[in-house]
Amino acid sequence: MPSIDIAVGTAIEERSHHPSMVSLFLYNAVIWNPHRIHFDETYTTQVEKHPGIVIDGPLQGDWLAQVVTEWLSDDGTLVEMEYSNRRACYLGETLRAGGTVSEVNRETGTISLELYIKNQRNEVLAPGRAIVKLS
Amino acid sequence: MNNLLTPEIKDWIGRSDTPIPLEVSRRDIQKYAIATEQRVEKYRRGDEAPPMFLFNAHSPLVDLDQLRPDGLTVDALLPELPLKRVMAGGVKNTYHRPIRPGDQLVLTRTLTDIYEKQGRSGPLIFVTYVMRVETEAGELVMEETRKRIFR
Repeated sequence: MPSIDIAVGTAIEERSHHPSMVSLFLYNAVIWNPHRIHFDETYTTQVEKHPGIVIDGPLQGDWLAQVVTEWLSDDGTLVEMEYSNRRACYLGETLRAGGTVSEVNRETGTISLELYIKNQRNEVLAPGRAIVKLS
Repeated sequence: MNNLLTPEIKDWIGRSDTPIPLEVSRRDIQKYAIATEQRVEKYRRGDEAPPMFLFNAHSPLVDLDQLRPDGLTVDALLPELPLKRVMAGGVKNTYHRPIRPGDQLVLTRTLTDIYEKQGRSGPLIFVTYVMRVETEAGELVMEETRKRIFR
């Protein structure tokens, strides 16, 4: 539960994701993304030379937003968020989203968080950062 | 290694395309919330859009025969690049007010940078877009900076 008294270094609750072919299909349909690397395995492996169906970078960004908004609940609003897709991940993998409090600013009532998406080998696929303002 | 980007390509930096109107519907928010497995009730009910809801909202709607062989839409705000394979690079969003059903938004996209880097497996071209989201009255709702990587 976020409060202005929270300590720097506090971890927010992780959430894991294991996308399925159907969940990826629906996500790409919803954002109107016809890129074949998200649904056409033959094309993905043979033409674009990926080892498997690619899990969307912005979907990982959404998971980062979700760990923050779930933690924040009704206690404030998301002011800013950024992330960078550094490594790819593929259908079949289980990914974890999480983060820690990196700064508390009592004057502005804002909390900064360092965020991550990690794979099962504990590699960071997408580091991120968010700023929330407590209400 | 700085030879992929010709002056003709660099000349695209600073260009914008035609603003796109977007009417937010509860059902579209609900679809997005289901596809991304949102657990916060206001998103599941479609009362408010999740923070990444407008990702790719600026994608041009073109006929199927206008799609590239990889499935992607030919982007009118992108010069012909010597590298063709596309990857997501990342996003920075700033939020000014929540997006709700019934909002009439205007999306304006500007190509703000094109640069190259040496990646693990060869050269990469980064293209940066800034999408400004406003209400019809001109109130700033959010701003998205998005990177696409060509390899």
